[in-house]
Amino acid sequence: MADPYLRLDALEVTFTGGRKPVRAVNGVDLTLDRGETLALIGESGSGKSVTLRAIMRLNPEKKTRIGGKITVGGRDVTSLGARALRQYRGGEVAMIFQEPLLALDPVYTLGDQITEAIRRHETIAKEDARKRALGLFERVRIPSPERRLDAYPHEMSGGMRQRAMIALALACRPELLLADEPTTALDATVQIQILLLLRELQRELGLSIIFVTHDLGAAVEVADRIAVMYAGRIVEEGAARDIINTPRHPYTIGLLKSRAHGAMTKGRRLDAIAGSPPDLANLPPGCAFAARCTLAIDACRTTQPALITTETGTRTRCLRTDQTRTRPGELVGA
Amino acid sequence: MSRQPLLQVRGLKKYFPVERSIIGRATKTVHAVDGIDFEVLEGETLGVVGESGCGKSTTARLLMHLIDPTEGTITFDGAPVENTRISLRNYRRNVQMVFQDSYSSLNPRLTIEASIAFGPEVHGTPKKEALARTHDLLARVGLEPGRFAERYPHELSGGQRQRVNIARALALQPKLIILDEAVSALDKSVEAQVLNLLMDLKDEFGLTYVFISHDLNVVQFISDRVMVMYLGQIAEIGPSEAVFENPRHPYSTALLSSMPSIDPDNRTEEVPLAGDPPNPIDPPSGCRFHTRCAFAEAVCSLDVPALTPVESGASTNLPGGAHEAACHMAIPGSGHTRAAPAAAAAAE
Repeated sequence: MADPYLRLDALEVTFTGGRKPVRAVNGVDLTLDRGETLALIGESGSGKSVTLRAIMRLNPEKKTRIGGKITVGGRDVTSLGARALRQYRGGEVAMIFQEPLLALDPVYTLGDQITEAIRRHETIAKEDARKRALGLFERVRIPSPERRLDAYPHEMSGGMRQRAMIALALACRPELLLADEPTTALDATVQIQILLLLRELQRELGLSIIFVTHDLGAAVEVADRIAVMYAGRIVEEGAARDIINTPRHPYTIGLLKSRAHGAMTKGRRLDAIAGSPPDLANLPPGCAFAARCTLAIDACRTTQPALITTETGTRTRCLRTDQTRTRPGELVGA
Repeated sequence: MSRQPLLQVRGLKKYFPVERSIIGRATKTVHAVDGIDFEVLEGETLGVVGESGCGKSTTARLLMHLIDPTEGTITFDGAPVENTRISLRNYRRNVQMVFQDSYSSLNPRLTIEASIAFGPEVHGTPKKEALARTHDLLARVGLEPGRFAERYPHELSGGQRQRVNIARALALQPKLIILDEAVSALDKSVEAQVLNLLMDLKDEFGLTYVFISHDLNVVQFISDRVMVMYLGQIAEIGPSEAVFENPRHPYSTALLSSMPSIDPDNRTEEVPLAGDPPNPIDPPSGCRFHTRCAFAEAVCSLDVPALTPVESGASTNLPGGAHEAACHMAIPGSGHTRAAPAAAAAAE
């Protein structure tokens, strides 16, 4: 089998800026093939955004200790020099964020921002760069693109801004798109538009996408594979279908159960996961979820469970998988 | 079932001027809430859904009387809510609100027990008694008073802070609580905990909720009745089951099919609703939804459809009020080709 396009080997990210080091990512192994879409799911503080930023090398270098290896397209990302890094960001890997109004420059028109990005990476005449920007606006389906190129970010609606940011991210023809909760701040009707747009772009441009979200529904709409993160580790990972239909990690099961979804009987209490996520500056030696897990035994609290492969081919980090079998689709009301 | 309306809203409007001419006349106004009538029945949960800019939060603020309405009346428990000190003070004892941002709605320089006891003290409860009640409430919302009472808001997690806000809202023993996106900022696992808490408290204290959210799953789960808003007006209102299972306004239908499916083998293939909501500064004529509606006809851009009772299929006799939609297709004889002819209405 060919090498995967992206590979994270035992990635660790520790923030050393505060009084105590905060271990945001604790040994993440992950691969992504060309043209594949992976959803990284987790709650706030689970390390999903930090992992994404590490791939882009956006975490503040002075206050961050990175361990492990990040390989993208055969290159070791952690050792890129300043010049190579400039080419890598945007040219190889691009990122879109939750809040386009903060990510876009308020004092330049969108057209200027996109042409600037293109001309930073390529020797190309201004008019040609603008033509390409126009093409990108058409591609992400911005109505009256010619006029909108001359608009400032604040003149557009939230959905339009998110489209414009996607156009900007695609400006230098990246291979990998990192999406950090791009639809969380949007209305449901606009969210589904953006999710379908991402799927279409992925198909037509052959992009690889890592899509970070806390919303299982959004993940299912875009992703081939899902990885669930908890306290800086991937606790379960596999094909989207298998993760949703036959999850084996108690945390994934808890997430699926706690959804206030239509299939639920009205007025019934939700199966909430008790407690709250652990303090990343003070992680327990064993499974980080043990304190909230109803199946936890003593061994869970002392040893770090290894990744095991289940019969459906998903990988899960749990010692109690013999207790976590459910009827396929049971948790989503199938 | 004829439950008393606890809160009655008639012709409520709120316009915000955004630009003024030299002589101070408003030349452009945002029609944030544009003539809505509804009731909140005693003991029910009324869910309010809609896209951003539809007027959900303005409605909440109007209900709480945090802003003065441009027009219209609010009647609480049979008495009009008026903008006088005494009347408002009494009103707010009965109506409390929980906001989305749990952090900015607490005073950072007060301990949480001081924050919760503040309301009762202002309303004349002796300090000692107010503190005792505070500790009871903290225990009730799942925060051990011994551990949490003397902490400051920044020392708590988002879920814990929202529990404090709920305890504070309960401190005056109100009848009605307005929850404006109260669980939206929480992580999913914490959201479920807080929703459970809200349901328990409602039973225990006999509360009435107005629950505003953009998350349809949550609204469906918690609400007895649902009100769908679009650009400052009510598009559809009715019992939760009827609206969710048999929506009669095309906007409600589109909104419901925009919920991501959780089935990997059955993903959404078509965008249910294109475009963004239009600008509330200059709302479309006629039915405000006609610019995005797949069924729009000439009549839709001319006449404003009134909220009209609709047949809800099998579930006509659901408790909790009528199912109404503001759509020409649901109004017999409206001139829309999909509408029933005027006379046939009674025959169905």
